[in-house]
Amino acid sequence: MSLKLKEKNNIIKRKLLAFCFKLSANNRKMAYDKFTILKSTAVPLPIENVDTDQIIPARFLKATERKGFGDNLFRDWRYNSDDSPKQDFILNNLIYAGKILVGGKNFGSGSSREHAAWAIYDYGFRCVVSSFFADIFRNNSINVGILPVQVSPEFLDKIFNNVIGDPSTELEVNLEEQTITIVKTGDKESFVINGYKKHNLLNGFDDIDYLQAMKEEIGGFAAKSIY
Amino acid sequence: MSTSPSTLFDKVWDSHVVRKIEDGPDVLFIDRHFIHEVTSPVAFLGLKTRGISVMYPNRTFATADHNTPTINQHLPVQDPLSANQLKALEENSAKYGISHWGLNNPKNGIVHVVGPENGITLPGMTIVCGDSHTSTHGAFGAIAFGIGTSEVEMVLSSQCIMQPKPKKLRITINGKLGKGVTPKDVPLFILSQITASGATGYFIEFAGEVFENMSMEGRMTVCNLSIEMGARGGMVAPDETTFAYLKGRELAPKGEAWDKAVAYWKTLKTDESAKFDLELTYHADEIEPQITYGTNPGLGTGITHHIPFATEVKDGAASYKKSLEYMGFHEDDQLIGKPVDYVFLGSCTNGRIEDFRAFASLVKGRKKADNITAWLVPGSHIVESQIKEEGILDILNAAGFQLRQPGCSACLAMNDDKVPAGKYAVSTSNRNFEGRQGPGARTLLASPLVAAAAAVTGKVTDPRELM
Repeated sequence: MSLKLKEKNNIIKRKLLAFCFKLSANNRKMAYDKFTILKSTAVPLPIENVDTDQIIPARFLKATERKGFGDNLFRDWRYNSDDSPKQDFILNNLIYAGKILVGGKNFGSGSSREHAAWAIYDYGFRCVVSSFFADIFRNNSINVGILPVQVSPEFLDKIFNNVIGDPSTELEVNLEEQTITIVKTGDKESFVINGYKKHNLLNGFDDIDYLQAMKEEIGGFAAKSIY
Repeated sequence: MSTSPSTLFDKVWDSHVVRKIEDGPDVLFIDRHFIHEVTSPVAFLGLKTRGISVMYPNRTFATADHNTPTINQHLPVQDPLSANQLKALEENSAKYGISHWGLNNPKNGIVHVVGPENGITLPGMTIVCGDSHTSTHGAFGAIAFGIGTSEVEMVLSSQCIMQPKPKKLRITINGKLGKGVTPKDVPLFILSQITASGATGYFIEFAGEVFENMSMEGRMTVCNLSIEMGARGGMVAPDETTFAYLKGRELAPKGEAWDKAVAYWKTLKTDESAKFDLELTYHADEIEPQITYGTNPGLGTGITHHIPFATEVKDGAASYKKSLEYMGFHEDDQLIGKPVDYVFLGSCTNGRIEDFRAFASLVKGRKKADNITAWLVPGSHIVESQIKEEGILDILNAAGFQLRQPGCSACLAMNDDKVPAGKYAVSTSNRNFEGRQGPGARTLLASPLVAAAAAVTGKVTDPRELM
């Protein structure tokens, strides 16, 4: 086969693959609920360096299924050793509720445990807002359908002030427009997310299906691998 | 590959990109994948639900470590939930044809100890595992980082992962480390300078004389802690030390393949005029034995120092206050002389033979302090055998210490090795988070030498005074 013909064949193959991917994407079961616009009250947690050991302590990682992790979200901040609720922890203060969790700088540092993101999702949050996220936690969140929204430190302070002062304060997160708004004041800020991940969240897609559709290309790559 | 000057990181990353997605991550091919019992079961469940399989089972290696007991490993595991995870790992590995080194297998141990010691980890590779301390393998000039369970499922099913390329940070330290200053003190020092989020978004290259003169064990300790700086990983360019460590290891290349591999590995270094997004430089003279006093690894200082005032640290005042309250410490407290109840030597950070040699060198001819409970946990059965063969066990026993069996143990306290609430532990592990070593436990991170000094004196002690 001539080189040109080979190239042409490859292009056809790639187009076919892309088509199959779209087809399977349309038919497949969504990995999580689509994320479009989220308007909700929020739970403020103005603590820096909230690590994944706090979000879900290691002793609760023993399950072999993804079930019930929300019950142990922030376990040791939320409950005393006799399992009674700690009254001063924000999740036990019923005036604060909602689908948005607002955390201090460097949220999600530490362990790679996706259980942390599962616990947050299972508890009912769909969005976490902070001025800075740890890298692995950010990836894990998007992979399970939670939108991490990174805002400026100034805007984070504004959110904390409004939400803590008035728990009925609503935030609106618009993924299509990539904006977050404090509804009652109209304060608004843009956030960054790459186009690929945005498309996934808007449609409830995940990476595994994308990769399944390019297995032939991966096979070709693996064949040349020196390891 | 591009001919413009590039970094070690660029060379390895770029040679593994299968596809670049416009306005999205790179699809990165993964050479080696490690799995363990805690973060893999749900990934295998995912494969089953989707009706897909493992693409290259020979590129994945399974070992049990996080949940395993460190005594009586020959008996059935008592905790039913832990036993269930271990069984799931064994069954999933068997089902898909993955090498599995379970409890009692002579190759069993902590995933980041057994990978390198069996020659699975090689320079120039991409390596991932559902564990953040996968960064350890970067010591060999590999790109190695921790991933979540969804990503474990990705790698099992497609041998690829989707990652935006991180920015590049080089940390250069020249000079010679002083007496009593070990590899562990180097990253703890860096952490005290840049905080626990100072390298977020970056991949680190460690360069300079300090790292060039370090053993592979030492480089592994350094790279292990790069995640604590917020970086996905860190790496050291492979050199003669690397090749000497790898030569003859069971799964390392042999004969002609070895020569070919070494020729390639020698090209894996940063070109002279290559650019980094950020460069940091320190000198070995600035580093003394370190110890942490707070609840993130960035809150540490030289052992002769006092605990800083809130105004001197980069963490917010409220978070800093919460941290000191948890630890039962105050601003301006002196660290030397602080009481200690537990000493833990082990983990993927400091569970290797060199760490046991260092610990033994200091406790030799001394006795364990009565108030100390000590857990000495080798990183693997191979390390355990070395400890016995080198006569280290005799030294430890004579000083009143017992050796436990390999596993992650008190580093994350998933098994029974939990420090009780309110107690202080000088630990050679990697995290001092609230409750990390057991609910309410208070952790002071330090080197094996500082741990040994605490073990024989019963309090925080400068190891240089015992050397």
